[in-house]
Amino acid sequence: MSSPATVTEKDSAKRQSTPLSRVLSDPSGIVGGLFVLLILLLAIFAPWITPYGPEEIDVLNRLAGPSAEHWLGTDQLGRDTFTRLVYGARIALLVALPSVLAGALIGLVLGMIAGYFRGPVENALLALFDIIRSFPALLLAIAIIALTGPSLTMIVIIMAVTRFPSYGRLIRAQTLKVREEEYVTASRALGNNPAAIMRKHLMPNVIAPLFIQAAMDIPVVITFEAGLSFLGLGVAPPTPSWGSILQDGYAYVRATPWLVTFGSAFLVVATLGFTFLAESLRDAFDVRLKNTDAN
Amino acid sequence: MFGFLIRRTFTLLLTVLGAVVLLFLIIRLIPGDPAIAMLGNRATPGLIASIREQMLLDEPVYIQLWSFLTGVLQGDLGRDVLNDRPVGTMVMEVLPHTIVLALSSIGLASLVGIPLGAYAAAHRNSFLDRITGFLSVSFITIPNFVAGLLLLLVFSVQLRWLPVSGGGESGDLLSQLRHLILPVTALALSWVGYIARIVRSSVLEEMTKDHVRTAHSKGLSSRKVLFKHVLRGALIPTIAVIGVGFGNLLGGAVLIEIIFNRPGLGYLVLNAIESRNYPIVQGGLIVAVALYGVANLLADLSYGLVDPRIRDGE
Repeated sequence: MSSPATVTEKDSAKRQSTPLSRVLSDPSGIVGGLFVLLILLLAIFAPWITPYGPEEIDVLNRLAGPSAEHWLGTDQLGRDTFTRLVYGARIALLVALPSVLAGALIGLVLGMIAGYFRGPVENALLALFDIIRSFPALLLAIAIIALTGPSLTMIVIIMAVTRFPSYGRLIRAQTLKVREEEYVTASRALGNNPAAIMRKHLMPNVIAPLFIQAAMDIPVVITFEAGLSFLGLGVAPPTPSWGSILQDGYAYVRATPWLVTFGSAFLVVATLGFTFLAESLRDAFDVRLKNTDAN
Repeated sequence: MFGFLIRRTFTLLLTVLGAVVLLFLIIRLIPGDPAIAMLGNRATPGLIASIREQMLLDEPVYIQLWSFLTGVLQGDLGRDVLNDRPVGTMVMEVLPHTIVLALSSIGLASLVGIPLGAYAAAHRNSFLDRITGFLSVSFITIPNFVAGLLLLLVFSVQLRWLPVSGGGESGDLLSQLRHLILPVTALALSWVGYIARIVRSSVLEEMTKDHVRTAHSKGLSSRKVLFKHVLRGALIPTIAVIGVGFGNLLGGAVLIEIIFNRPGLGYLVLNAIESRNYPIVQGGLIVAVALYGVANLLADLSYGLVDPRIRDGE
């Protein structure tokens, strides 16, 4: 039976625990963290993890199943699937990290401007956010990339442009809460210019939920890049991307089930890992993204 | 309500206009002559001149844009100059397939997601609630084309229970339904997750409301309170998620249409992109953007109808 005293003790223990310890005591936080760590290690240490090169061809061993020589089998050209999947982690992160960073930065600046100035500026920016959010991003990206030619830079630009409105809305809602605080009013009364107020006073106080939202966006971007590469509109062959490996797997699905199976497994581990970790971080920091976003 | 409707419709029109202008400019501003790109190996000076004339490529861009916009306003999406057919007709031929796919997917997702979310909320913090939470996040996270590939691998290629590709024999309902099972399941999975999550959190929120407490204190059974009082209020945000889901599926089913080789809007646009058939790319994408916007608008309206605070702009 729990007495009021134990409840209070528990509560104060919870209050004293750091966000990191809360993530580490949450099973999905641990699983997510381990998956993310695994993907990061694969991406960083790829050349030391596997003896093969991602484009190395073994003509005698085409479409082979898993063996001691090729742990996860080979593709239609005899390239080692494990090696290509390990190097694929690099491409996934190479697209995801800059896209999310750029989207978050644009959203941060525009969100603060909307929340700080209010009035017509805010309305115009909100309309811009709504319009961009109303585009079916995948179809539009397919059209743009098909017309301009596939490139990683283009994917990063498209992702940054389609993702920044969600950061903008989040930061605007946070800014609305902070802008009426006394230290902001005081700074305004002292005659500081808006840019300085935003940089010195608003940004440090509105930025926290941005990191959680960014962590949640990483799997979205990874999936997006994989989808485009699956259609042949992502990275140019023979560069290994999880999406292009799945495309090979789809083309040879009757000959070998391994490419689709292992390709899917890597992609799912990455997306699940980032999502679980981000959700656990959100709970640990007690950030209410949904409510602020809807404001 | 009227102001809300006007505001949302205005945003929708701006969105469609933005999409039209953007696509139009990209197609015209990419390096090279669109007519030569479209014709490829078949390009002869005579054909190039004819296509340039039909697509008004010799006119300034703003005149081309104006002519296209006035056409769209009259319901004319332009003409596929390669096959000499109206783009509108081609889009209308494949659109029912995409709408059936999207509706079936969101319908299946609601059928599974709503009871799952309600059950999880009614048994909060139970083992099954945790499992539901874990499954919801997993379903949301797993990309639908990966789910599609794995379903195809297991049920079509390995077990041979279901057909691999196509939309089914026309006129044969059973065949069409069999062809729908795998793509619909692949698309529904993530929305099962979204819907279960939103239902769970809305039910939990609704349970703390005064009218629910009153219903309990009147002596109504928990089941009755859940169905009569809690679920009704909790369905409001669910409707919005379902609307957004439907809109998303209309434009986002492209990968599934490709994997299962199904006719549809995404399939049409992607094929048109590969053959550089710009009028179809342009017309198909505009319809996708408009449908996506209309689905979102309808979701917002239904949301506004049941919750006066939203339509009043609070």
